[in-house]
Amino acid sequence: MERILTRWLDIPDLRKLDVYVGNGGYKALRKALFDMKPEEIINEVKNSNLRGRGGAAFPTGVKWSFIPKDSKKPVYLCCNADESEPGTFANRYELELDPHGIIEGIAITCRAVGAHIAYTYLRGEFTVQKRILDAAIAEAYASNYLGKNILGSGFDLDVFTHRGAGAYICGEETGLLESLEGKRAYPRNRPPFPAIQGAFGCPTVVNNVETLANVPHIINRGADWYKSIGPEKSPGPKIFCLSGHVNKPGLYELPMGFPLKDLIYDVGGGILDGKALKGVIPGGSSFPIFTAEEAVKVNMDFESVRAAGSLMGTAGVMVMHEDTCMVDALKTIAHFYHHESCGQCTPCREGCGWIEKLVTEIEAGRGKMEDLKVLIDAASNMEGNTICVLADSLSMPVKSFVPKYRDEFEAHIKLGRCPFKDRDGKAGGLSAAAGH
Amino acid sequence: MPANQPPKFSDAALAEYRQLLGRYPTQRAALLPTLWIAQREFGWLSDETLDYVAHLMELPPAHVRAVVSFYTMLHRKPVGRYLLDVCTNLSCRLRGADKIVGCIRRRLNIEMGETTPDGKFTLGSAECMASCGTAPMLQLNQDAYVENLTEESILKLIDELAGRDN
Ligand SMILES: Cc1cc2nc3c(=O)[nH]c(=O)nc-3n(C[C@H](O)[C@H](O)[C@H](O)COP(=O)(O)O)c2cc1C
Ligand code: SF4
Ligand code: FES
Repeated sequence: MERILTRWLDIPDLRKLDVYVGNGGYKALRKALFDMKPEEIINEVKNSNLRGRGGAAFPTGVKWSFIPKDSKKPVYLCCNADESEPGTFANRYELELDPHGIIEGIAITCRAVGAHIAYTYLRGEFTVQKRILDAAIAEAYASNYLGKNILGSGFDLDVFTHRGAGAYICGEETGLLESLEGKRAYPRNRPPFPAIQGAFGCPTVVNNVETLANVPHIINRGADWYKSIGPEKSPGPKIFCLSGHVNKPGLYELPMGFPLKDLIYDVGGGILDGKALKGVIPGGSSFPIFTAEEAVKVNMDFESVRAAGSLMGTAGVMVMHEDTCMVDALKTIAHFYHHESCGQCTPCREGCGWIEKLVTEIEAGRGKMEDLKVLIDAASNMEGNTICVLADSLSMPVKSFVPKYRDEFEAHIKLGRCPFKDRDGKAGGLSAAAGH
Repeated sequence: MPANQPPKFSDAALAEYRQLLGRYPTQRAALLPTLWIAQREFGWLSDETLDYVAHLMELPPAHVRAVVSFYTMLHRKPVGRYLLDVCTNLSCRLRGADKIVGCIRRRLNIEMGETTPDGKFTLGSAECMASCGTAPMLQLNQDAYVENLTEESILKLIDELAGRDN
């Protein structure tokens, strides 16, 4: 298959402006500025069925069409480069290796929705990526792909980078907006939605890096071409992030709908040490795990993964083999969401804390059988009762790990220790699975 | 920064701060970038530094403190010259992050969150840093990632850093 989003593998130095332009770069921006009306750009993207790559899979063109056409207030675009969903690392490489692809996507999107300022919100750890993006932005200004009267079109656009400082919740779009405004990243109640009242009280589009990186290709080659890649309802090229117990972890660009089995055993080189597969989280740690039997039957697109009982989220595929202690894995996940809960909503704050405590106790061999029911109840009780969906992001793993690997949870309780550990308690759980 | 002297941005830092203000419709939006400047200038964010930032930005000191306490990368106490933030999230643990942490603890004789008595190294843990395909990994001084760590490579890194004379 032709590589589209990861062209950097075929074009050395794509991150440099002259190389980018030499390979068709900024042609889509010219088209968007001179040959298309904003409404036509929105319609093209709507027709392409591009769906957001940030986790929620919302149709991108539809999101843009919510921006009021006659807004008296300024309109903003926020490019979400907070990439913090465990198991996800595509945006990072896009920023490092194709910054102009992102800038061009930002510029076209701004033209479509009438925004003249775009902020790219990068997670605090992305210092290297910020330097690269800042350098590319400076190059783009110098060649008038950004700035005043872009290429003589009369369209003005400023693009700024903004660095977070370590908090997963800044990736949630309204948390991001609060953080951008110089506050704690407490997610907001909706409505009002960001399209009406986003950054600084003004209409705002928030899109993921990869979503925006798709836009120039759609404008260049058209919605029909885009829809012809993968299933029509969730089409396009997709970058899969493969990690965990595979021989060849890494980024793989594949069409939507690619079989998970082939991703693991073919593209990913199979399981480490030829071991048996135990489970796969298909979309980042917020989503339900598939058992080995389930995983080998799933195709990786939004609809198919949902039909099989999980969600494709960010396409962060985390693979676990037979030596993995699933209680320890869930403990790691629970710790993360408890640590990252912003604490505004009581069900989330207390639910995440309670779940982490229960799983930690079970893993340490101090659990009781009735804890398993309590875990499921605690997870159910925090679902749908909160300002954002972080609470659901722990509830979903709990409600899939516990029933699917119930025998392992029970073994911890019956034995009074982790069955993957030596009797003296050394080298167990995930450490054992890593081969040490 | 010499002790007892009230913190103050250098002229270069002040110029950088003023440039930031032009990017946002509100002054408050420049808070995180300004705190990053402060942490770069002073190494960590003392009460005095936060009061200085609040004064500079005309923000309530309580707001500045509340914001700082929300973000894990902003230091409220000094850290070692070399800060090693090891990812302890799932994909890294599947690939041996526990062993890497163990290795560092033993070599430096410190626990998670501690700094060596000579002030050279601090060991921290971090959540997933978008580097799961090259796990296990750590971030050095909140900047470059060190990836595909092995027991050998982490010890080599520590020795190399320990040998730098500053
Ligand atoms: C807890 C939480 C964390 C999130 N983190 C990210 C993130 O790091 N990056 C991202 O693009 N979207 C993240 N999202 C999704 C955003 O809220 C939003 O849906 C997305 O940025 C919209 O962009 P898209 O339509 O292009 O996908 C997160 C959502 C939640 C609830
Ligand atoms: S659900 Fe959790 S993370 Fe989201 S706003 Fe409520 S407390 Fe914060
Ligand atoms: S789990 Fe360590 S970088 Fe993602």
